[in-house]
Parts: sequence; C-alpha cells; structure tokens
Amino acid sequence: MANYIVPNDLRYTKTHEWAKDLGGNKFRVGITDYAAKHIGDVTYVELPHIDDELDKDEPGCVIETVKSSEDVYNSIGGTVVLENGDILNENPEIINSDPYGEGWLYEIKAKSADDFKALMSRAEYEKLLEELGD
Amino acid sequence: MSYTSNGFTDIKFHEEIIFERSRPGRCAYSLPAKDLTGVADLIPADLRRKELDLPELSEIDVVRHYTRLSTYNFSIDHTFYPLGSCTMKYNPKINEKMARLSAFTDLHPETPLDRAQGTLKMMFDLQHMLAEVSGFAEVSLNPAAGAHGEYTGLGVVRKYHQKRGDLKRKKVIIPDSAHGTNPASCAVNGFEAVVLESGPDGKICLDCLKGMLNDEVAAIMLTNPNTLGVFETDICAITKACHDAGALVYGDGANLNAIMGVARPGDMGIDVMHFNLHKTFSTPHGGGGPGSGPVGVAKHLVEFLPNPVVRKVGDRYEFALLKDSMGRVRSFYGNVGIALRAYVYLLELGKEHIAEVAEHAVLNANYIKAKLKDVYNVKYSNDTLHETVFDDSKLPNHVTTMDVAKGLIDRGYHPPTVYFPLIVHGALMVEPTETESKETMDGFIDALKDIAEKAASDPQSILNAPTKTYIKRPDETLAARKPVLKYGAEK
Amino acid sequence: MMRYLPNTPAEVKEMLTAIGVGSVRDLFKCVPQNVLLKEPPALPKALSEMEIERHMAELGEKNTGAAMLSFLGGGCYRHYAPSLIDQMLIRSEFYTAYTPYQPEASQGTLRAIFEFQTMIANLFGMDVSNASMYDGATAAAEAVMMALRNDRKKRTRIVVASTLHPHYIQTLKTYLEGFAGEVVLMEFDQTTGRVADKELAKIDKNTVAVLFQYPNWFGVIEDIHAIAKAAKAVEAWLIPAVIETTALGILTAPGELGADIAVGEGQPLGIPLNYGGPGVGLFTTRNDHVRKMPGRLVGKTADREGKECFVLTLSAREQHIKREKATSNICSNQGLMALAASMYLATMGKEGLRTVALLNLKRRDCLVKALAKTKAKLAFTGPSYNEISLKLPMKADAVIEKMAAEGILAGVPASRYYPALDNILITATTELHSCADAERFATTLAKVIGG
Repeated sequence: MANYIVPNDLRYTKTHEWAKDLGGNKFRVGITDYAAKHIGDVTYVELPHIDDELDKDEPGCVIETVKSSEDVYNSIGGTVVLENGDILNENPEIINSDPYGEGWLYEIKAKSADDFKALMSRAEYEKLLEELGD
Repeated sequence: MSYTSNGFTDIKFHEEIIFERSRPGRCAYSLPAKDLTGVADLIPADLRRKELDLPELSEIDVVRHYTRLSTYNFSIDHTFYPLGSCTMKYNPKINEKMARLSAFTDLHPETPLDRAQGTLKMMFDLQHMLAEVSGFAEVSLNPAAGAHGEYTGLGVVRKYHQKRGDLKRKKVIIPDSAHGTNPASCAVNGFEAVVLESGPDGKICLDCLKGMLNDEVAAIMLTNPNTLGVFETDICAITKACHDAGALVYGDGANLNAIMGVARPGDMGIDVMHFNLHKTFSTPHGGGGPGSGPVGVAKHLVEFLPNPVVRKVGDRYEFALLKDSMGRVRSFYGNVGIALRAYVYLLELGKEHIAEVAEHAVLNANYIKAKLKDVYNVKYSNDTLHETVFDDSKLPNHVTTMDVAKGLIDRGYHPPTVYFPLIVHGALMVEPTETESKETMDGFIDALKDIAEKAASDPQSILNAPTKTYIKRPDETLAARKPVLKYGAEK
Repeated sequence: MMRYLPNTPAEVKEMLTAIGVGSVRDLFKCVPQNVLLKEPPALPKALSEMEIERHMAELGEKNTGAAMLSFLGGGCYRHYAPSLIDQMLIRSEFYTAYTPYQPEASQGTLRAIFEFQTMIANLFGMDVSNASMYDGATAAAEAVMMALRNDRKKRTRIVVASTLHPHYIQTLKTYLEGFAGEVVLMEFDQTTGRVADKELAKIDKNTVAVLFQYPNWFGVIEDIHAIAKAAKAVEAWLIPAVIETTALGILTAPGELGADIAVGEGQPLGIPLNYGGPGVGLFTTRNDHVRKMPGRLVGKTADREGKECFVLTLSAREQHIKREKATSNICSNQGLMALAASMYLATMGKEGLRTVALLNLKRRDCLVKALAKTKAKLAFTGPSYNEISLKLPMKADAVIEKMAAEGILAGVPASRYYPALDNILITATTELHSCADAERFATTLAKVIGG
C-alpha cells in the first residue's frame, strides 16, 4: 500500500477516482495512482465534452488499453467546464506516469458541494487500499 | 528429452506494401480494346470523381505479392491449429472444388425460381440435414456468421415474447463462461445481459439460475458443452426451469462438434440455436470469414424465423415470407457459397460417419488432456468433451500463457486460444478436432512439455520466443495509441 | 476408415489406454442417457467423392439460369474477374487460416487486410475503412446504429431514400427493432427516378442520419449534391451507400460529398454471384469517428526489433472486450472476400477500374440505343451508370418469363418490392456484355412486346 501516492489535498472514491477543489464550486477529477498502476498502458481516453451534464456516479469518461476498456465514474454531479484533451489526445500514457498532475481528466462545475464532501479523505482511501491488500 | 520441432524453419521473402510495388503505367488487367473517348460524358460532369489512388502493377507483381504474403501465415494445411472454441478442422478439398462449379457460382440471386432449383434444393436439403442433426423443427440459412446467427436467434426470442404480449421480458441470463459476443448480441437486440456465475465445477449452478429466473427474463444463452469443454450434465433440468419460468433457452452452437451425431440440442430442450458452418461443418475460416451462422428453432418458434424461408411446395422449391418473422437480416439469402461446402461435407459424412466426428474429436481432446495434465494445470477437468482448458499456474520463472503461445509458434504449431475463457486465469484452450492424427498430437504434446521444461531450465529462451518468425512480438500499445489504418496515412 | 478421420482402431485403443477408459462412448458418460441418440441422425447414406461430383453436377443442371445470357442486377452484379484472383484465393495459407489473433503467425492476412482498408478507403475517398462487414445491407444498418449511438444531440429520425435497395431498408428496420430510431422514407420522383426535391424537406432538425444509395435500386444516379447539402444543413450524419462499386471508377466518391460514414457492397469487385452470398460489406468513415466504428481494424506498428508489422488494433471497441457496450456484436469479417476485392483492385489499378466503368457506361449506352426499336421506354430521366429501368407496355413478370423462354434473363421486376410498378423492368449491362448481346436483348424484347 505504501507503494501508491495518495496526496493529502484531494478526495477519493471507492472506484479509484480523485477530485480536487479548485474553488468556486469547480472540481478537477482524475484517476488515482493505484488505478493508473493497475489499468495497464493507456492507449486512449474518451473524454466528456464541455457543457455535458454528468450525474454523480454515471460514467464520465472511458479509459482504454490494448485489452480493456474501463469506465471512469463521475463523482460530482454537474456540468463539464474543461477537459484535458490537449494533452491526453496526443499522449494518453501521461495518465500512467502522472495521474495527479498532467494526467487529469476534466473539470466540473458542481450542482452542489455535497458530492465532494461525501468523498473519502486521504486517510479513508489509504485504509481502502490497505484492505485491498495490494 | 531431446525436442525436435515440427519441421518449421525460417522461410521469408521480404515483401513490401502493395502500393510500394506500384510503377506508373503498369497494367495487370486484360479488357477488350475499345475506343472510349467521350464515353465519360455519359455521366454529368458534376457526378464524376476527381482522383482515384490505386496501385499500378503488372500481373506477376500482383501474383508474387499475394504468394509471398501467403507465406507469412500459419494455416490448417500447414500445421496443427488447435484454437479452442474455433473448431479448426480440416477443410476438405472436394468442398472447394464443388463450390467453384459455375452452375452455382454464376447463379444470380434474382434468377426466376424455376431456373434456380438446384441451389434452392441444396439449401432446402441442407436446412433439413442441419435440423435432423440438431433436433430442431426448421433451420434458416440467412445469417452470415456466428454472431449474426446469435443476433438473429435473439430476434426470434424477442418476436416470440412480443407476439405473446409478454413485453416485460428484457433480460437475458448469460453464464460467465460464455463467449463475449453473447452480451453484445443481446445489446444489439435491446436486451439487457445479466451474468450468471459458474459453479465451482465450471457448470451452471441450477439453484443460482432458478434464483434469477422471473417474469423479466426473456432467455438464457448457454453453450453446451461450455467454453471450458465441460458438458452441462443438468441440461434437461436447466431448460425445464427456464421453460417453467416462461423463458426460452438459446443455445450457442459454437461447440456442437462435441456432440454432433451423438446427442441433439433440440432433444435437451433448447429452443433456438445458431450453427457455425465454419466450425462444425468444415467450411474454411478464410482468415476471418466468410462464415455462415444458420439458426435452428423448435416448432413453437418457426413462425418467427428471418425472412425469407426456403420451402418445398410439391416438387418445387421456393421462398416464402413469414408474417410474424423477426425480419430480414441481410441482403438476399445467406452465404450460399459457404452453405454449399457444408452440404458437400454432410453428403460425404452421411449417416454412417456423422457420429464418428464427435467421437474422435472428444477422444483427441481427452488424449491431450491426459498427456498434459501433470505439466499444465487444468482447473476444471471433469466431464470435458471436445476441448480442454489448461493454464499457466504451474509454470515457473514468470513464464506466462503468452510466452507459451509464442514458444509454440517457434516449434511449428499454431497456439491454442489464449486468455479465454476469462474465468480461467492465463487460459490455454486446446481443441484438437477429430481430423488430427495421434502423431500430430504427440508432436504438440512434446512441444508443450519442452516449453514447460525450458521455462524451468532456460526461461529466457521462452521469453524471447518467437525467434523463427518474420516478425517478433509487435508493439500493440503503439498501434492502438497512434493508429495507422491506411497506407500513407502517417502524420 | 473415413478419409477425414486419421486415427486407426489400433491408435484409438492406445489413446483410450492413455486416458484410462475402455471405450470412446465412456467419454460421453456426462451426457444424460435420455438424450443420447440410439442411432445416428437420419442423414442420407454417405457418398464417395465421385458420387458427390456426380450428384453436384446433376444438381447444377437444375440451375438452368446460371448459364443464360443475363441482364440481372439489382444489388448483385456479374463482372470480369481476372483469373489470378481465384488462383491466389485457392492458396490454403489464406483460406484455411483463422482470424489473425497471433500476429507472428498471420502477417499475410494482416498485411492483406491493411491493404484492403487502404484501397477501399481510397475508392470511397474516405479516411479509413474497416476490415469489412457481412454485406452491404448489414453495413448500412450498422452505420445507422453508429450514428444513433454517437449523435451528440440524441436525435432519432433516420431519413432513408426509398430508392435504396429494398433488402437494405428491410434489414435496417430489423436492426432498429432493438433501438430507439424511426425510419422516414423519402419518396422518389416518378419522372426522374431520383429522390423528389420536395422530399428533402423530411431531413429536419431531429434527423440523425440520411441514408441513400447511388446509383440507386432503379439504376438512377441520385442528385447526390442536393441530398448532401440537405443533410449538412441540419448536421445529420450523411451515409451514402454504393452497391455497384465499379461505378466508383467514374462517379464522385462519397468522401468528396462530405460523407460521415460511407458503406457499400464489394461483390462487384471480382467476386462471383454465388446466389447473393458471400459478398463483402464495405464500411468507411472519417478519422474522428474511428473509435466509434464497428468491425475489425488492422493497424501498422513495429515489432520488438523495430520492423514494420501489422496487428488487429483498437480492439477495446469490440465485443470480446466491451461486451454489451461494444460498438457492434460483429466478431468476424468477410476475410477471404475482402482479399478477393483487394486482389481485384490491385489488378485493375486506377486505370483499369476507370476503364471498367467506362465500358459499363458504353454497354448501357449500346442497350439504350438498341432499345429504340422496341416499345420499351426508359422509365426515368435521371442519369444512370450500368443499370436502367424500362417501362414496358405489359407486365414485367410476363416479359421476364417470355424472354427466359428465349434464353435471356431480362432483369429484375420492380413489382417484386413495388407492386404498383408492375410494368417496370430493371436491367443491368456490364463490361461482360457485348453490343451484340444488347442487340439480341432488344430484338428478343421487340418480339415479346412488339417493335
């Protein structure tokens, strides 16, 4: 478990997504280091479009590898305001190498701040990783 | 043990992409010399194309190109090709010869029926023979492939429930050992696929199934024997439970070779099933097609078959349209040229030999299992018929199924199906078919034993495989990240 | 001994000993007794090779239509197929191989598909082609489903030219049973044989896709620019279908029209009639839609030594990975037929295909001129390629029967699908016809319907 980076300033989901509070009810989301290390070499990311309305827990985007296609669940209901296509369309592998930095997925304007608050803290997520025993 | 390979040595000529062979002004065709000046004006100028980029070659360029490409392939006619669930049996030459008779190849699908009675009789008789072999009331030859047959069969299921006004039935139960196509075929038909986990013996757990059956279930889709090669011993109880709950039973006919001539899916209570003529009935796989996926149905589903159906009226064969048909699924009447090959195959087998196919297929698979089960782990080993699923769990030094596959290529064998079914980690699914001799299988067994030995004594030699092929371990990630799908399309 | 079963009784015995059972039937103990057959299925008596040859020859004799002078088209066309195609197709390295899942053992198939994708994309003027679909009808249905699945505005109206081959329309309707989508037909103009101008108004803001065929089922080349313009105006997916693909030797390519997806049938490209199958479905699109496409794709990559090579790619779209969320349930292609079409295009090249197209035009022109001496009139004024609709002074069915008695298959009756058009005959000529054949057609027709 100690092998995975879990930054302090983010909140997490059970399905290994992270969210970062950007202020003004805006949040940036991505997948965690744990997910990035397990998924394999990312070949493509299907990002949402700006202005898409996404509910909490519906698939927000899809990450593909040679042999898999994984839904990434949207943890905060709202409207997509920015997506990271400029980087990820050309270099999807950045998700593997820098999942919390340049490998972010999209930014969402939340309907309510409650969704973010309901996510796991670093300590809670670390506990989950420990339980996974991996 | 000293190991000698299956006579496989390096052969290759380098061959470039066909566009690179092109030289302006070359010509490989022969058309009547005609003055064509001004002919283009018969088409208004705004409907004429601007440019067309195709290669320019002489005839020998084309012939050498494709001959050389063919040398880069493994095929059944080269070597043992034991892909599990694919039934890579020998493709008889008489099939090919008969399929090329001009009386069949030159027949147009809009020919007046009285002048197409030969092909129509062939289709009708083949339908009848397939029905007889499988225990169904009628068979349609329309579907072009196995997945297309699944699509069509599920369309029959949809129509059946619709006609009864039973519109709530939107779910199809699929065991986790099923082919990936099954859930996709459900989705295309507007059904929701629900997964049924296999029991510890690799079979359907009857009580679990009963727990899932309700008035929203349209059908269960099962393969018997399943993709582990394991026969569902409870099959009659399974079909009865489904029928009692108002659901139909769809049989995936991919594994029919295991029981053909010995037992019939229709007698087990299966309502609808597709056949794979390119598996069980010896028509060639063609490097990925064309296949043919006829659908057989029990009596209560005949009225929902796809249109048109071939019927015999008096002495005449003709097409009929069914009022409650699930619809038309393609142009014309199916891959008739493929159906003809299956027809010829069944003529040669006849009543005398039909059961020997399954008997020898099952014997061969069990022989390979017996010879290798101490070297490669078999997770589900009871009641297997025509195929056996080994895995890589006994192999040392991080040698995986993928490495075993590449090692087999170096030893002159096509690898088995790998990493499927998903419920066996690192699966190696071997289906020898009935057309392989004992000494061919002994060679394959020795090759797999040699690989297992080398995995322990010289793992690098397996991790480096293949070494004898024209190319070695292509970068699939690069291909998917930066797709180049057309010559000259690189950025 | 049966020739496809190599193991002798002695070998069978050795194998049974190795397994540890007494008889082959012991291996089937898992099959319930009540379903084990007491005797084999009632197939006919097994035939030897020579008996089969004789049987098939006799069966073939009943196909009297196969050797007649034929003007049948209507979605399946007889063309010149260079001899090298079948000579190469019979190489069992191609036809007895499976899907190229092991790239090291199937570079031949993979390279051939990559070249097929290239030649078909070029023929259609599109960015990318897949490795092929079952046939043109299923390719068209899959194209519409792709548009429905991926339309950002979630529109559901599918506007289809009524001049599209009837089997294609029927197949599309079957596929839409499992989908939310509604087909609206654009009726054709009885004078031109093209989609009527006013019908273009059916392409409205709820329209997700516009599907049409050129040359259409009546042989008429649609006003493709007008249809494209109407579709573009509402940003609907423009989906042209080309079934008589040799026409693309001269006609505007779908890509030039701005097609989003273009589909077709490859049978005319060197593949025999075979009573309508197997042919090969063609499916092309633009680069932006590649990952939404159904069907197999081959891509170029490098091996571990940096050597150029080819693999099946973008599989994450497909059924074996994405299961119920896949872009389609298709998991094969028409491999060998795609190979035949590639060999045809490589053999013809750009000059050859254009020459074939011009010869088709010239033959059609011969026929039109020869028909001047008959009471048959061209049914429509719209431009045509190699197929024309004739208006006859009597029912087309009756004419077809009388022409057949004279040894000629005259064409497809439009009444097969449009009962009201019972005096229209759809007649195709290709480069295989001579002008003398056209003369014979006209002379016989004059005899049947009067000159």
